[in-house]
Amino acid sequence: MEYAFYIAAAVAVLSTLRVVTSINAVHALLYLIVSLIAVAMVFFALGAPFAGVLEIIVYAGAIMVLFVFVVMMLNLGQASVEQEKSWFNPRMWVGPSVMVAVMLIVMLVALFESPGTGMITGELIDAKMVGKALYGPYVLMVELASMLLLAGVITAYHLGRDDSMRPTREMNEPKQRLSHDHRGTR
Amino acid sequence: MSWLTPTVIDTVIAVVQAIVILLAAVVSGALLSFVERRLLGWWQDRYGPNRVGPFGSLQLAADMLKMFFKEDWIPVFADRKIFTLAPVIAMASLLLSFMIIPITPGWGVADLNVGLLFFFAMAGVNVYAVLFAGYASANKYALLGALRASAQTLSYEVFMGLSLMGVVAMAGTFNMRDIVTAQADMWNIIPQFFGFCTFLIAGVAVTHRSPFDQPEAEQELSDGYHIEYSGMKWGMFFVGEYIGVVLISALIATLFFGGWTGPWLPPIVWFLLKTGFFIMLFVLFRAALPRPRYDRVMSFGWKFCLPLTLINLLVTGAVILLNAPATS
Repeated sequence: MEYAFYIAAAVAVLSTLRVVTSINAVHALLYLIVSLIAVAMVFFALGAPFAGVLEIIVYAGAIMVLFVFVVMMLNLGQASVEQEKSWFNPRMWVGPSVMVAVMLIVMLVALFESPGTGMITGELIDAKMVGKALYGPYVLMVELASMLLLAGVITAYHLGRDDSMRPTREMNEPKQRLSHDHRGTR
Repeated sequence: MSWLTPTVIDTVIAVVQAIVILLAAVVSGALLSFVERRLLGWWQDRYGPNRVGPFGSLQLAADMLKMFFKEDWIPVFADRKIFTLAPVIAMASLLLSFMIIPITPGWGVADLNVGLLFFFAMAGVNVYAVLFAGYASANKYALLGALRASAQTLSYEVFMGLSLMGVVAMAGTFNMRDIVTAQADMWNIIPQFFGFCTFLIAGVAVTHRSPFDQPEAEQELSDGYHIEYSGMKWGMFFVGEYIGVVLISALIATLFFGGWTGPWLPPIVWFLLKTGFFIMLFVLFRAALPRPRYDRVMSFGWKFCLPLTLINLLVTGAVILLNAPATS
């Protein structure tokens, strides 16, 4: 299982790098999907198949589809590729990269200094255990997330409401506007 | 023969089983193109393909020859890499899902404990085939078809997952083999009738089959997302669709009709009979039903099927809690 972990982790890191360095937006999204699937693979290797499958269903299967959807609608052509190419010069990315590299070195040193138990035990965490944990110690989080979701649903309903389905307002509207105009001219 | 240890023999048997199941899935998907056209002809009171070979049985060979020798043309304005990738995703993601289907007590590729979720993951990945095909073709009909397809697939996948949660709750596991054995007393079709109805609808919609074939509506979109495809790439989309039909039929047989179980006949025969029945049902849908308008399809999914699956799940949960022996 450790080989699977290291291979999947390497794929995740490389594909995420390509997300940043890709000039074409759809190609970058494709690499991001590969990266997410690789992370799911890491979960599988660590003995959490439930988390891995949910990662693919939620992130790769739903959220990234919406990303691709939006990029497709924007219909970015060759012009945006040229623009990206001009933005992607060393002057832009050297500064942030150096700072992030410093943080990476600090983290690596901290990781190797600390006496960790960095072995994969292969302990399997299945759906039932995840459910028991969610409705046991983490029940507050589940409730808060459900409230957030409810707010999202209500907002979506409000935004997506079809006004043409309500005949009373449609009949009143022109009359009101007319009287309003009257008052304005007077 | 020192290397012929029991583990090696088991591995070889598992690999051979996997290859046989893979080939059977692909061949049945390909054969279905001929079977469907004959059945459509029969049900619509016309002939169907009946010229090539006895009763038209060599039609498939003729179609394949045509497909192989057709020029495999990629439009100059297309995004070549993604254009090539799309049909691969279309076929591979559905073929991978066959892995979780237990065919008989001894046959099946993988016995995953997240079995059913693996199918949802692969169905989610399958959306990209259509999206990328539509994007990479750089054609407005393909783009419109892909937008419709992805919106339709996303909405129907939401309640496809929910429609099966009743089955999962009753069996207490995502493992397909355990779901089959949990139906020993009663097939899930009786307690989970609404789950079955919604899963059937969602299955037709997710495989883009008629009457939910909005993305490739010939009249409006002149074939939708695969309009620019030809030769083997188009063939992969085509076979992928039929593999989807076989997959959904096998899933319905496994999840709602007791899989391989049944009296008198051997398990494999029962599995094939049940799966074959639902494949016929898919073809009958196409023969009998007209295509609804796109906005009707979407509102039917969100306003009717989604609440129905939620109520079904709630009632199932309540019944399970009532029947459960009191603990602690």
